[in-house]
This record gives sequence, structure tokens and C-alpha cells, in this order.
Amino acid sequence: MRNPRVGWALLSPTLIILLIFGFAPFVYVLVVGFFDWNVFAAEDGLRFNGLDNFRRLVFDELFLSSVGLTIRFAVFAIASEIVLGFALAQMLTRNFPGKSLFRIIHTFPLMVAPIAVGAIWRLLVIPGFGPVPFFLDRWFDLTYQIGTYPDQALMTSVIMDIWHWTPFVTLTMLAGLSSIPREPVEQAKVDGANRLQVFWYVTLPFLRPVLLTTVFIRIMDAIRTVDEVWMLAGGGPGTRFTGIYIWRVTSPAASADWGYGSSVSLITLYLTIVLCWLLFIAISGRRKGEVE
Amino acid sequence: MSRSWQSRAWGTISTYVFWVFMTLLTLIPIWWMFVVSMRTRVELFGRPNLMLNRLYLENYSNVLTDSAFQRYMTNSLVVSTANALLVMILALLATYALSRYKLAGRDNIFFWLITNRMAPPAAFLLPLYIMFTRTFRLGDWTLFDTQLGLILLYCVFNLPFAIWLLKGVVDGIPIELDDAAMIDGAGLWGVLRHVIIPLAAPGLAVTGILSWIFAWNEYLFAANLTSVVARTITTALAEFVTVTGTNWGELAAMSMVTLVPSAIIVIFAQRYIVMGLTFGAVKE
Repeated sequence: MRNPRVGWALLSPTLIILLIFGFAPFVYVLVVGFFDWNVFAAEDGLRFNGLDNFRRLVFDELFLSSVGLTIRFAVFAIASEIVLGFALAQMLTRNFPGKSLFRIIHTFPLMVAPIAVGAIWRLLVIPGFGPVPFFLDRWFDLTYQIGTYPDQALMTSVIMDIWHWTPFVTLTMLAGLSSIPREPVEQAKVDGANRLQVFWYVTLPFLRPVLLTTVFIRIMDAIRTVDEVWMLAGGGPGTRFTGIYIWRVTSPAASADWGYGSSVSLITLYLTIVLCWLLFIAISGRRKGEVE
Repeated sequence: MSRSWQSRAWGTISTYVFWVFMTLLTLIPIWWMFVVSMRTRVELFGRPNLMLNRLYLENYSNVLTDSAFQRYMTNSLVVSTANALLVMILALLATYALSRYKLAGRDNIFFWLITNRMAPPAAFLLPLYIMFTRTFRLGDWTLFDTQLGLILLYCVFNLPFAIWLLKGVVDGIPIELDDAAMIDGAGLWGVLRHVIIPLAAPGLAVTGILSWIFAWNEYLFAANLTSVVARTITTALAEFVTVTGTNWGELAAMSMVTLVPSAIIVIFAQRYIVMGLTFGAVKE
């Protein structure tokens, strides 16, 4: 009765758009990553050079340091967001008057454009009139200048990311928590489990799928964070913090040699997948040889 | 008795103290930007003052009467709205096809559609740039620096999300309703119009709102795939920060303007956003 051809016709506009604007660039990066294609070279066009781009990449100190920074950024930010988001979600399971107002305000940063988040934080930390450097200096006698100290730039980016994305974790955790059935929790309490045991043996296993998905989404987003950090620390002299993609966008080597640039994209995609996969194994607790 | 009353009172008080503290943490950065947007250049420097001294609106009037900014603003509105509408239509058709027709390998297709969202945008800037400037050209016209280009491109991250969200909604509509409408003589469009769209309306609304805000907030593609004509409001913000001194007041005013749609949506459609954002993480 239902003709599959009609189905394909309905699906085709979506497929066409995604093939052109989503899939084709991916294939392009996949292919060009193995070529030498310098736009400023005398002879125009591509020259196959096998794995040379990747060899050059693993010895590129700037690239390596930006990979390290990106990983540190992701680990610090995501770990804090998960802990904080879980605690906040736990507090939101209780009912109290005014809860929805607090939740609305807490959700707000999620909807703010990343570039505006960068602007907001830049205004807070800018030397000269930003309140953060001023009060850190006045109260703690701390010199705070993200243009000079890379560590401070990193920590500021982490805090900015926590401000921006903790609400997301809170919302997913809250949804996860409210889908946990009551009986196992009650039973565990009857059996004499304390709060920590209930959390560890009952709540956490139930929450695992939600936790996993949330962490995946956050990893993918954290690794590709460009806008906020660029707006926070870039665009002026003394830029010190560079994540992989910022490096990719701004590095002269990667933007003049299109083949080299593509290999950077490939490696980063690959790292993202490996990171997610390792994490999946770690969290899902599937051990070696264990069959589904 | 009195002890439990006391401990409950303490619990309530600490809950409120905690949430007021969290609210301040969320709002102070935004408040500071608002304060900066209400100050002249000279007033900014010196001891940071978190209080609002007076209503100084010149930054806003400078920004809003600037013809370039007006163009950016129009572009953002056109691109976001067109993209949200396009995504709603295409995603509805696609999910209907995936949910009701026996298509070869439809689970794989669904999964592939979703994975499009995971791609890091910066990785694909270069191929997209080449595509926009060289592949799509008709005489002098190229896709580069057009609203159309951005509208189509934003589908790459909005469509997977929309399909992911709507799939569950359309799957939840009993197929018997379709059949009943068909027996009554409704064609495909009749079924979509009288059965699917009314029942999927809340899901469609969430899809539309979130696609709109994602498109409004997007920066990287807009900055690299437009130059003059089709630039959007987020690129205007980034352009403002220059090596040779920035007018922070106007930057803050402009940022405040970009926050307006987000604020409206969070206040009036919060429940639906929560549903939309947490849907994927909780389902499955």
C-alpha cells in the first residue's frame, strides 16, 4: 500500500542537502589530507605525498601543545560540569516554591550565543576595567592577566565553559534522575543502605546511559570549542591559549597548505572518536572478553 | 517534633541561600555586560563599579542606527527564520518517510543522518569555502556571501537534530490514524496536514525554536563563508574586537541586543526547550 518510492521522494531533499554540505566536505578532507596542496606554491594543484602531512604533524610542536591544551581544557571543564550538574539536578528533584524561576535563570546561559559568551567573559577579565583582575589584585594580591599567563587563560576558558554548559548537564541529569523508579531506592533504604551506598549501587547504575550520552555530547562540543575562546582571548596581541581548532583556523602553516590543514582535521576527528570510544568502554564497564 | 521542624527550616534556608548564590553566579557576568553597555568610554576605567550609575543609551543608539549593523541584524533574522522553516519542513517529511515507509536500510540512513551533527565545523571550513566559491557558481554569482548559502549550510547541523527529535514524536502517532484518514480518501498531503502536523505540533515547535536559536548563534561558518553582503550579527561582534582599541560600550550594547531572542525564548518556551535538549540524552 505504501510505495517506497514515495518514501524516498520525501527523504530525498534531506539526503541531498546532507550529502552535499555534510558528506562531501568529509570525503574532501579524507582525500586531500594525503596530498600536498600549497596555495602559494609556484605550480598549482595537488601532489600526492602519502603520509607526509601526518609525519609533519606529529613533529609540529605548536600542534602538539594545542592538542595537550585541548585535552586539559576538556577534562577540567567536563569533570567539573558533571559533578556540579549532578549536584544541582539532585537539588532540583526536591520541590520548593520558586524552583521554576531558579531553573529558568539557570538555563539561560545555554541559549546565549557562544560568541556573546566570549564577549561577556572578556568584559569581566579585561585588564583596566574588568572586575575580576581588579578584585583578585585587591583582595588576594594576585596578578591576573590572561594575555601573559597561559595557565590563567586556560583556567578562565574552563570557568567560562562551566558557566555556559553546566545547565545542559543539569537538565539531562534531572531528566535522568526523574526517570529512576522509586522501588529500588526504597528497597535499598529498607535493607539499611546509607545515602552513599544508595547513590553508588542504585542511582548511578540507573543513571549510566544518561551520563554516558551527556559526556559524549560534551566531549564533542568541548573539543570543537572555537567561538567563545577566540572571543575571550583572541583578536588581540598576546594570544596564548590555542585549542586545536583555533590553531587550525589561525595557523599560517595550516591555512596556506590545504593538504596539511586537512590532515589536522582528520587527526582531530580521529582523536575525538578514540576518546569517546575509550570513555564508552570505561563507563559502560564492559570488560575484556565479556559478551553482551 | 520541634527538632524536625528546625532541621526542615534549616534545609529550606540553605536551599534558598544556595540557589540565590547560583543565580548570582549566572547573572553577574550578564549584569556586568549590561552595566558596561550603559557607560561612556571614560566611565569604564578606574575602580570597577557593579552598580548602574545612570541610564546612558548612546551606545545602543549608536549601534542600532548604524546601517551596517542593521544589515547584519536583517541577515541574521532572515537566515535564522528561513533555516528554521526549511528544517521543520524537511525534517517532518524525512521522519514521516523513515517512520512509515519500508525503505531499504532505513536504520542505517537514520544513524547516518544523525552523525552529521557530530562533525566539528572547523574541520570542514576549507572544503566548504572551496565549494562555496568555486563549485557553486553561475557566471558571476557564487554561493559565497549569500543568505541562501548559510540557510542551506545550517541544515547540516539543524536537520540531524530535528530528525532525531521528531522521529520519536512521529513514531508515537499511531499508524491506524493515517490508515483511517487514507480510507476516508485523504492523500499523502491530506494525512500530513490533518493527522501528522496537528499531532506533532509541539515537537515541531521545539524543533523550530531550537533550530532558529542555533542558526542565530552560529559564528564560525558565517564568519568564513560571507564577506560583506550576508554577514550576520555574531560576526559583527567578533569584528568589533580589534588590535587598535575597542569601543567596549558599543560591543556590550551589541551583545545585549543579540541576547534578546535567547532571553525571550528561555522565559516563554523554557519547558519545551528542556524537553528538546534532554530528549536525546534520556530516550534510549
